[in-house]
Amino acid sequence: METIKLVYPVEGGDLIEAGEASSKMKLTLKKLGLPPDIIRRASICMYEGEINMVIHADGGQAEVEVGLDEITIRMEDHGPGIPDVNKAMEEGFSTAGDTARDLGFGAGMGLPNIKRYSDKMNIETTVGQGTVVTVKIKI
Amino acid sequence: MQLCRIRDILDAVVLCGADRLNCEVRSACGSDFMSDVLAYVKDQAVLLTGLVNPQVVRTADMMEMKCIVFVRGKSPGEAIVTMAEARGIVVMSSNKRMYDACGLLYTNGLRGSEHGNH
Repeated sequence: METIKLVYPVEGGDLIEAGEASSKMKLTLKKLGLPPDIIRRASICMYEGEINMVIHADGGQAEVEVGLDEITIRMEDHGPGIPDVNKAMEEGFSTAGDTARDLGFGAGMGLPNIKRYSDKMNIETTVGQGTVVTVKIKI
Repeated sequence: MQLCRIRDILDAVVLCGADRLNCEVRSACGSDFMSDVLAYVKDQAVLLTGLVNPQVVRTADMMEMKCIVFVRGKSPGEAIVTMAEARGIVVMSSNKRMYDACGLLYTNGLRGSEHGNH
């Protein structure tokens, strides 16, 4: 199978509608016939990343590459960046506001969840410029 | 346990998916924190929640859940129900409180995570 590349813009500002890109990716992965557990893990990683992009960065873009033996999801935003990545990786630490909490997020589980469901996770972030979260999931 | 049994135990109203109530489910979870659901749920097919917004449906969809039960008499709007229907998720609303709803299902044999997280 050739590597398939998918690009999903993530709209910022509307947390109620967030998750549309993840839903679309999930459908595509299903059509490609990938195993359900792989689809679920990839979907959760993308969904948490998408929610983060909407909460913290006014949107961004997700690029998904589906290869023969792994899925790579690269989520890039031009938000405020993460001042302390180690702190952000702690379960329960969150800088999200009340709107996110009202929707069932902002409990400080986003990045830890992405790590939990991926085989490899990398965060590149610069305060004032933005963040790129890249995850790999083995197929 | 079939979804129709859950409806009966919780005295719930089915808002969509009435034709799929014979669907068999093996476990359930209850939470108002969607990130917790995403973190700890493994193969639970039923989500009980008091939270009413589209992210509940999206979370259930990501987890491949079969049914959402809105507790405490919460009734989702038409848009949320339509969204769930499009994803093949059965939606119910029950007047039971979260604690009671989970307890009733548990004592009738519908358990939570095998690890005891929910």
